[in-house]
Amino acid sequence: MNTLATPKMQARGLRIGFYNERIKKRLNVLDGIDLSVAEGELVCIVGPSGCGKSTFLGAVDGLTRIDGGDVLIDGKAVTKPGPDRAMVFQHDSLFPWRTVLQNVVYGIEIQNSMSKDDMNDRGRQLVELVGLKGFEDHFPHELSGGMRQRVNIARALAPDPELLLLDEPFAALDAQTREFMQVELLKILHRAKKTALFITHQIDEAIFLSNRVAVFSARPARIKEIVTIDLPKERSLALKHENRFRDLQAHIWRLIEEESARTGLVTAS
Amino acid sequence: MSATTDTHAPAQTASEDEAPRRSFLAQHESTIIGTISVAAFLFFWEYAVAAKWVNALFTSSPLRIINAGVAMVKEGTIWQDLATSGLEFGLGFGLATIVGVPLGILMGWYRRLNSVLEPFVNALYATPRIALLPLIVIWFGIDLGSKVAIVFLSTVFPILVNTMVGIRTVDRDFIKVARSFGASDRQLFMTVALPSTVPFLLTGLRLGLGHALIGIVVGEMYGATSGIGYMMAVAGATFQTDRVMVGIIIIAASGMIMTQMLKMIEMRFEKWRVDSRG
Repeated sequence: MNTLATPKMQARGLRIGFYNERIKKRLNVLDGIDLSVAEGELVCIVGPSGCGKSTFLGAVDGLTRIDGGDVLIDGKAVTKPGPDRAMVFQHDSLFPWRTVLQNVVYGIEIQNSMSKDDMNDRGRQLVELVGLKGFEDHFPHELSGGMRQRVNIARALAPDPELLLLDEPFAALDAQTREFMQVELLKILHRAKKTALFITHQIDEAIFLSNRVAVFSARPARIKEIVTIDLPKERSLALKHENRFRDLQAHIWRLIEEESARTGLVTAS
Repeated sequence: MSATTDTHAPAQTASEDEAPRRSFLAQHESTIIGTISVAAFLFFWEYAVAAKWVNALFTSSPLRIINAGVAMVKEGTIWQDLATSGLEFGLGFGLATIVGVPLGILMGWYRRLNSVLEPFVNALYATPRIALLPLIVIWFGIDLGSKVAIVFLSTVFPILVNTMVGIRTVDRDFIKVARSFGASDRQLFMTVALPSTVPFLLTGLRLGLGHALIGIVVGEMYGATSGIGYMMAVAGATFQTDRVMVGIIIIAASGMIMTQMLKMIEMRFEKWRVDSRG
């Protein structure tokens, strides 16, 4: 009831366009996105390549300028980045000159919200939470891709944001590491009790992680369909072989295929 | 924990198995070969002079150079020359760093300032600064001032340009991360732009070093009353080849030592850069 009253995140008729230098025209990327995410929910966004998923996430984070409509966090409109949200980027983008611990506490340092001792304590807690205890003083180049992405997630969680925004965080990982990281992410988010918006190209990843999957249409993007994932709350990798999972996968794939075909037609003519 | 032990473990076992036999020769192979090659060259040089294959007046010889060096130390004038050149270098290089680093940062950070200064920087960077010597001597005389000026001009541009490039090529992703956490311009500068520029800055200093040495030697040969370059010019004009050689060795050695020192500092700062994009 309570969560229905004020969603953690709500986008209302969100429109964003960019001026394209080459064709000297303004192109709409997002054409009226309506989406709300309840507290504690994990919603994945899928859609054809280049449809504006990242732009949407940027707008929620407050990095991208909004042209119409709005994004509300706890009922308040977003105008700039804030400590209530944190972004996990696709490229881990860890600062190579900072150790793991120094990377993790970066956000706290910027927001200047804790004493140095508290900050480092919090940093250590998070390093432990993402399973990297003992690596606090390592530099990013000494870690594997999966470990770096864990640090990246820890860095986003450190300032204790309420909404975590993940932009294809596992895209650069190999298939095996990716699956393990999916399981890990669910554990981490469960322990940290966070709400999350997750962009991915992988339909199975979206189904496995989410409560709901929002399928974006081709550009200019609207919400094509929101698919409720009626799978058990406890997710294990075995789930991926069950019939219900496959049905959902087929359904979402068909939606994306329709949209991709539409873009194909548009560029051909 | 496990990964650190993993990476070191194989190396340790390998050395335990084979270390006792192959250690010294194998480990220092290139150093040993290098030393032998230099020693052979020096011996050949000395022998060629002793056997009168070449004229020592032109080629000098290792022993003659050592004798000349000892004589110069006994005369005491060498200390004066070293002090002069050292002071010129220190003042010129220091001044170039003090001016070049902040100006490079500002030009990298503020597009407008860059537009104002870039034509001058480009023009001067492309000109061999040695070409400005006559003008500099007219302005600053033949004493300390002109040499400090030429060292400064030789050094300031590599430092400035490298620092500027460093600030300008900050990884976009890092900027996005900082902005996403709500970093202000000042914080973005301090936590992202500055640290990622350090390696560029050190490269600039190292390049500047070479230019500075050229500036000193040529500046002193062109017009001076003391200094290593001046000493070499005088010795050369009076056919004291041994003394010219001493000067060359001093310049070469100081260049190598200082470059090595900067490389060590670079390695310290670039520890994180090793395979960072592997």
